[in-house]
Amino acid sequence: MRRIVSVLLENESGALSRVVGLFSQRGYNIETLNVAPTEDPTLSRLTLTTIGDDKTIEQITKQLNKLVDVVKLVDLTEGSHLERDLMLVKIRTGAEQREEIKRTVDIFRGQIVDVGPEIYIVQIVGTGDKLDSFISAIGYAEVLEVARSGVAGISRGDKILSV
Amino acid sequence: MEKLSGSEMVVRSLVDEGVEFIFGYPGGAVLHIYDALFKSKSIPHILVRHEQAATHAADGYARATGKPGVVLVTSGPGATNAITGVATAYMDSIPMVVLSGQVATHLIGEDAFQETDMIGVSRPIVKHSFQVRHASDIPITIKKAFHLASTGRPGPVVIDIPKDLTKPDELFEYSYPETVKLRSYFPARRGHMGQIKKAVRLLLGARRPIIYAGGGVILGGASDLLRELAECVNFPVTNTLMGLGSFPASSSQFLGMLGMHGFYEANMAMHNSDVILAIGVRFDDRVTNTVSKFCPGAQIIHIDIDPASISKTVPADLPIVGEVSTILTEMLKQLKEENRKINSIVEKNSLDDWWRQIQIWRKENGLWSDRRYPESEHIMPQQVIECLYRVTHGDAFVTSDVGQHQMFAAQYYRFEKANRWINSGGLGTMGFGLPAAMGVQLAFPDQTVVCVTGEGSIQMNIQELSTCTQYNLPLKIVNLRNNYLGMVRQWQDMQYEGRHAMSTYEDSLPDFTKLVSAYGHLGFEIKELADLEDIMKEAFSMKDKLVFLDISVDPAEHVYPMHVAPNGAMNDMWLSKSKRS
Ligand SMILES: Cc1ncc(C[n+]2csc(CCOP(=O)(O)OP(=O)(O)O)c2C)c(N)n1
Ligand SMILES: [Mg+2]
Repeated sequence: MRRIVSVLLENESGALSRVVGLFSQRGYNIETLNVAPTEDPTLSRLTLTTIGDDKTIEQITKQLNKLVDVVKLVDLTEGSHLERDLMLVKIRTGAEQREEIKRTVDIFRGQIVDVGPEIYIVQIVGTGDKLDSFISAIGYAEVLEVARSGVAGISRGDKILSV
Repeated sequence: MEKLSGSEMVVRSLVDEGVEFIFGYPGGAVLHIYDALFKSKSIPHILVRHEQAATHAADGYARATGKPGVVLVTSGPGATNAITGVATAYMDSIPMVVLSGQVATHLIGEDAFQETDMIGVSRPIVKHSFQVRHASDIPITIKKAFHLASTGRPGPVVIDIPKDLTKPDELFEYSYPETVKLRSYFPARRGHMGQIKKAVRLLLGARRPIIYAGGGVILGGASDLLRELAECVNFPVTNTLMGLGSFPASSSQFLGMLGMHGFYEANMAMHNSDVILAIGVRFDDRVTNTVSKFCPGAQIIHIDIDPASISKTVPADLPIVGEVSTILTEMLKQLKEENRKINSIVEKNSLDDWWRQIQIWRKENGLWSDRRYPESEHIMPQQVIECLYRVTHGDAFVTSDVGQHQMFAAQYYRFEKANRWINSGGLGTMGFGLPAAMGVQLAFPDQTVVCVTGEGSIQMNIQELSTCTQYNLPLKIVNLRNNYLGMVRQWQDMQYEGRHAMSTYEDSLPDFTKLVSAYGHLGFEIKELADLEDIMKEAFSMKDKLVFLDISVDPAEHVYPMHVAPNGAMNDMWLSKSKRS
């Protein structure tokens, strides 16, 4: 089963490598990984998605919790939550395709954020599935490059991950 | 406020932490620290002959005393040489603080001379690590390191110190913090009351119970409580390799070690039990044999300080996370109350059938109830350990290396007390025994310290005989010389049709008695059983000399019992070369 785990991590050098190292060391997989400082500069928030059965996920959260740099963590998939992934797609486009691309981008509520003589850069925000569907939908055009942020997530309601 | 340089702060912090010994080896990146140590004359430093031995010696010290061992090594090769000892300590949850020098801050990342990313290299085998960024952080970092190493589930902590932070001419205000708080580190203490209550009820209803106790009992200082609990409920007790000594071997309730080379009665009782009280253990693969066949009828209560140990390999029916000592104390309290309440309902002899069955197993194949090894023209390795037990009155500190000799020592030296059996259980590090014994002897200068070893293992850190000379360490080394990498040979006999690939030395072994005498020690060769006890007695009567006993033992002997693998259960064992359970 796919899980989204969000971690508050000490914003210190070496902390990230301990988290990532734990996954390779113990044979867990990481599908996506997203990390950035929070409103508190001493803390980073790291969100990762992983796939595993209940037993594996239990071990992952326990092993993560054991890391001294991990201040707190939550398995967002345990409750109601929001997840967002941001994608930038560079597409080659001749004049004849521009309208169609624009329509597809609108359907996905994306934006064209940069325009060159033969290039569009499109930004799409949404769940991983939505981004995947966009890539299939745009299949008629030539996709040159894709950059995705990895999933960031937050739980709904008044459940809060903070120190 | 007192002003000190970075290196003086390192030394003073260790003094203020109450450190008794530093095990180490100098080099460029730590010379400032060595100079400060030299000038302060405050903490004895033991100069080993290889950094691996520094970590093992600190480890031996820690296992015997319960206090963290302290290591000081230089950057690069000094740090990497220490790694095997750090991994050894990590696998057995031993408290240790390793100070490694690092190249100067401005050189980090430039592949400078003797630069190794020690934080990176040690990452998977430490409880935590620090690289110091500012000299003024040295005291708090050292405080944190000792706190982390010695609380919760103990383990090694590395502090990497760039050379420029220890410059003698830059001074800082020094004060050593009395306490430390880490916002992300709260080791479990008290167990969940509801869980303890449920456990007590389960224990009182058990008809085929067993206590499976491991190294966590020793680390948690809970041996007396374990004994009290076991006696209170009259349950049989088995120990893991790491737990030996946590329960007195002389007790009639003791079934011996369990697992791959465990006692028949211990493995049988585990397999047939209805309730297992697992205390400070981790259901290691060397214990469980095939996990899916593990103890099919048992409900498992698992007490451990590390939540990640619970249900890692074998699912626990009733987990209790916290300090073993506080949990056992609470359990005992409740057991006594419950016992009084329900004494009328539960017959006193409810375990009689179970004990009768255990006696049958013991009689059939128990290692201690009858001689279980073959007659031979050679001295049998088991006889050597039995003799060692008699000569030392079962009261020595025994370290061991890794191999058949280790298993024979675990099976035949009957440990009465915790912290006396010192071996590398988790990592299985050959070369551990001699340096570990040095650490123990330094902590207990008046006690008998024996290293049980093999001719393969001893050569992995033989250079430490020189350290023993320098510090007058009167160790007794018992070399079970079978002229083979015996444990490897055993597997080759059993699984590779006797093809002994690289498990013998083809007459290249040194004359060990000459070798040890070159280091200034005494060595005896023993070839005849008739000489064994007398020479051993003589050796152990020499209180201030290191004596090396080079004892020729049967080269073809195997360690039994041995779990049948793959796909065997706890109760599938080879009991001799031809007999299966
Ligand atoms: C550092 C290291 N290398 C290899 C091994 C694998 N190994 C386990 S036991 C053993 C043989 C040990 O031989 P010896 O010390 O003579 O002990 P014996 O089994 O003969 O009693 C070997 C090579 C190990 N445990 N540690
Ligand atoms: Mg050997």
